[in-house]
Amino acid sequence: MSVAAPAALSPPPLDVEAIRSEFPVLARKVHGKPLCYLDNAASSQRPQRVIDAVSGYYETTHANVHRGVHALSQAATDLFEGAREKVRRFVNARSTREVVFVRGTTEAINLVAQSYARPRLQPGDEILVSWLEHHANIVPWQMVCEQTGARLRVIPMTRSGELDFDAFRSLLSERTRLLALTHVSNALGTVVPVRQFIAEARGRGVPVLLDGAQAVPHLPVDVQELDCDFYCFSGHKMCGPTGIGVLYGRESLLAAMPPWQGGGDMILAVTFERTVYNDLPWKFEAGTPHISGAIGLGAAIDYLAELGLERISAAEQALLEHATASLTAVDGVEIVGTAPEKAAVVSFTLRGVHPHDLGTILDMEGVAIRTGHHCAMPVMDFYGLPATARASFAFYNTAAEVDRLVAALRVAKEMLG
Amino acid sequence: MDLNDLYRDVIVDHNRNPRNFRAMPDADCHAEGFNPLCGDRLTLYVRLEGGVIRDVSFQGTGCAISVASASLLTESVKGRSVAEAEHLFATMHAMLTQEDADVDVAGLGKLGALSGVRQFPARVKCASLCWHTLDAALHRQTEPVRTE
Repeated sequence: MSVAAPAALSPPPLDVEAIRSEFPVLARKVHGKPLCYLDNAASSQRPQRVIDAVSGYYETTHANVHRGVHALSQAATDLFEGAREKVRRFVNARSTREVVFVRGTTEAINLVAQSYARPRLQPGDEILVSWLEHHANIVPWQMVCEQTGARLRVIPMTRSGELDFDAFRSLLSERTRLLALTHVSNALGTVVPVRQFIAEARGRGVPVLLDGAQAVPHLPVDVQELDCDFYCFSGHKMCGPTGIGVLYGRESLLAAMPPWQGGGDMILAVTFERTVYNDLPWKFEAGTPHISGAIGLGAAIDYLAELGLERISAAEQALLEHATASLTAVDGVEIVGTAPEKAAVVSFTLRGVHPHDLGTILDMEGVAIRTGHHCAMPVMDFYGLPATARASFAFYNTAAEVDRLVAALRVAKEMLG
Repeated sequence: MDLNDLYRDVIVDHNRNPRNFRAMPDADCHAEGFNPLCGDRLTLYVRLEGGVIRDVSFQGTGCAISVASASLLTESVKGRSVAEAEHLFATMHAMLTQEDADVDVAGLGKLGALSGVRQFPARVKCASLCWHTLDAALHRQTEPVRTE
């Protein structure tokens, strides 16, 4: 009789070829060359099982949720609410009452701006964001400041793409009503040491919203351990469908917030005199929700959990190291954003070649990267750059793809440099 | 699609050494152009004399296509009447955007080097930005031109 081997200290690395075979799009060609997809920070690709979860739902189970006593409506509701429970477990929320389905990170932030912040803000109050933010975590706050007379304050960044913690501490004041902070910078990849910021802010009685769009796909996130008040993320950056995202909110805060949009599903009873709002989280989900999106997101979460976020993170860090070393070795390449802790994102410039030209030349080589301001124009302004090229990696990318990126850069240099 | 159709020698040359790349303090009119997608920005200056473009220059930053296109524009409209320049704008617009445009590319001289841009739809605005900006300058438009 054989004896079970002792459990390994660390799980085996991911089998990237087996993983790639699950992503149909990775088998396609672009301009006659195999697709080399390095634009994951903009949106990831989906494995077959997520596609199947969505199409299978439409093929066998679709009906509206929370409404009917018939079999399909009940089954659809079970799948939809089952997906919510998967999300809860994935980010370790205390209860599904804290998990609101929204269209994406952008909508989650807008919801908090309009429902949490707007009724509380007085002229002279302050909302604190950072220089690293995506426009989605700037503009909703500017809008609510305009509506209320509150002021937007900005935590400065440093040359390496980190945040100035001391400056943050001095910006916190008795007027600060909320800290809205990115967990991982989409433009540069910086992993912000958010625990430190949260502890400081909450210690001063300031609630904290985290934009987790770039974090959730790449590192384990536990909202209780982070002790943040709101956490926002999108399905499409984590192998799930587009048009579905999540707002996690601390229950006591969500309970005290008014609904954001009115309609069906967010009510218990309606008369022309008075409407009784639904319980959490449905109070914030007016109208028929993105049922298939939530189910697809649930499948994506199952998939990521099966692979393991620690293993995903390790694989992506290896790609980041290889990419950073290979790109640094190309004469004329300058990497923008050199924080010690980064997600697998490399923003860079190539001397003599505008990022937009680089994007076109790389595309003809089958290599998809993002070029432009990455919806983070203040970050670009900080470096005095109109745009950068950005390669962003997922666990299904390979070292050979990094090498293809570098080879394509050499083509661009030869052509325009 | 072939990259060599996009980055022809003339374009590479005008990107590396843009012509008439300077401000013009005594310009009669000028306009600004902005392409939010790639961050191309340019200011185009025109000096007129009796309905004729006596001098034209530009400044700004942008990709190779937008810089080369602006540089080629300055070379090609200098000395032309406003009406001729506007006719050329219409011709360039047709060449850049219409699959079946009836344009005599050879007759356009160096500007014909931009005919390959049409195959790269994401880049058409880079090439057309300077022409829209010239049009705005000639019409004394004060709002910056945007391609989005």
